[in-house]
Amino acid sequence: MSSAQTLTLHAQLRRADFALDVQLDLPGHGITALFGPSGSGKTTCLRVLAGLERAARGLVRVGDTVWQDSARSVFVPTHRRALGYVFQEASLLHHLTVEGNLRFGFDRTPAAQRRHDWRHGLELLGIGHLLQRWPHDLSGGERQRVAIARALATSPQLLLMDEPLAALDAARKAEILPWLEQLHESLDVPVVYVTHSLDEVARLADHVVLLDQGRVQAEGPLADMLTRADLPMAQGDGAVSVLMGHCSGFSPSDLLAVYDIDGGHLLLPQSRQGVPRTGTAARLSIQARDVSLSLQQPAQTSVLNVLPARVMDVQESVPGQVLVGLGLGPEGGGARLLSRISRLSCHRLGIVPGLTVYAQIKGVAMVR
Amino acid sequence: MFLTPDNLQALWLTFQVAALTTLILLVLGTPLAWWLARSRGWLARPVGALVALPLVLPPSVLGFYLLVGLGPNGPVGAWMLSLGLPTLPFTFTGLVVASVFYSLPFMVQPILNSMQALGERPLEVAASLRAGPLDTFFNVVLPLCKPGLITGCIMSFAHTVGEFGVVLMVGGNIPGETRVVSVQIFDHVEALEYADAHRLAAVMLVFAFAVLLALQFYNARHAHRSAA
Repeated sequence: MSSAQTLTLHAQLRRADFALDVQLDLPGHGITALFGPSGSGKTTCLRVLAGLERAARGLVRVGDTVWQDSARSVFVPTHRRALGYVFQEASLLHHLTVEGNLRFGFDRTPAAQRRHDWRHGLELLGIGHLLQRWPHDLSGGERQRVAIARALATSPQLLLMDEPLAALDAARKAEILPWLEQLHESLDVPVVYVTHSLDEVARLADHVVLLDQGRVQAEGPLADMLTRADLPMAQGDGAVSVLMGHCSGFSPSDLLAVYDIDGGHLLLPQSRQGVPRTGTAARLSIQARDVSLSLQQPAQTSVLNVLPARVMDVQESVPGQVLVGLGLGPEGGGARLLSRISRLSCHRLGIVPGLTVYAQIKGVAMVR
Repeated sequence: MFLTPDNLQALWLTFQVAALTTLILLVLGTPLAWWLARSRGWLARPVGALVALPLVLPPSVLGFYLLVGLGPNGPVGAWMLSLGLPTLPFTFTGLVVASVFYSLPFMVQPILNSMQALGERPLEVAASLRAGPLDTFFNVVLPLCKPGLITGCIMSFAHTVGEFGVVLMVGGNIPGETRVVSVQIFDHVEALEYADAHRLAAVMLVFAFAVLLALQFYNARHAHRSAA
């Protein structure tokens, strides 16, 4: 599938206590996160895409393939759609072994549609040693990895994931997230990923759709969506900015890597094992509460990363605190960064839009 | 010899009736249970009640209506006669037909329960893995409902072996044709042949207990596996 193709989801659907009305034209590549509170219609969107739910009025199209077009009475049943679906909870068929589960979908995929062998996902998800095990012998994390590999074994045109980590504890999440990130690197299939975890959005998504009460509240590229002051992601306690960077150098003596970002560069501590190659793309996340502001360039500070930036907007967030939207670079033309500071500091420093400040960044995490 | 030739004949006949009844019920009851489990229409309600009827009806009532209905003057019997077929009462075939009606809930109910417990998810999973409805029924639903199918077969078989009232009404008491164990025991007691009645009754008691014990072990093992 070429990246020029898009994924279309237009759906109107009414249930007793819920109505969905969305018009989405999503990128045909990368991971699109459907984000929003529970009951916002995320899962319903996914189920309409899969044909598990039939929207009264709907248009579902993946590239050139039409799966539903109610105007022309077209509805392709789920089992004839080339899709992979990963459910929230472990959904392995428990009368089959891991291998049986992986082969189930592969065997039913028309030979002409197969792009790879059923073992394709084994290495990608690290489950090669589990083939002869039964689902009830697996941990929650292993089950979800098998479920993802099973979906991939059908050579889907579209991969749908419904909160695949929600049923797992923090340790299992940490175990499975790197696999999902790897998936993103190596997969040529568009993914629609339902989640209510901002952390998962920041780590995985390229494109974000924010849903609320069955409607699209906003959508756009990840970096924009996370830092828009009018959206709930920036207003919450976990507000975070994600910056896309490229490694441009590494100092072996200081164990620091330099990442160029739009409007400056950041220094990141690296372990000896993880020396990045120059040019490697990285996704860097910075918590809004880890960014403090100063009117002059701090001369003596232990903070490694101090970047000039311009204040773009200031907004009350949590009581007693304000959220400051910054544009990196003296003119503010670079990437957008969020800073959360106390309202008192904001008044004392006289922070208003247009002011040039220095952002002291206390913590940068490389999420990918 | 522990059992007389008469008793052995009755045992063999009982086994044949029960085995054939179970087989027919498995073939008819499984799709019926699936339809009852999946149907959203009103028709499933009366059909469900009809299937459960033998659970609460005295066997003699069921036997009486079958006798009347299948007899030469009944609607089914008259129709069969018009086709040149023999009527069913007091024949082996008639006994099997009656047993199928009588044991129907014992096959359908356990299968229906396991199908309902399945929920939507395995079906949606199968659909997302390119399995059509029939494919899903045979390769996902039936394997996952195996405990219900096995329970249904055991219960149907055991229940058919244990029937008396319907047999007496529809089958009568023809040696080698319709005289099953339960009738044979009744005959022995009527004739004051208590020793023969004892031997046959003991065989039935041991059989029934063994079957139910096996079922207990099977269910316990399965519950352990699916809970893991």
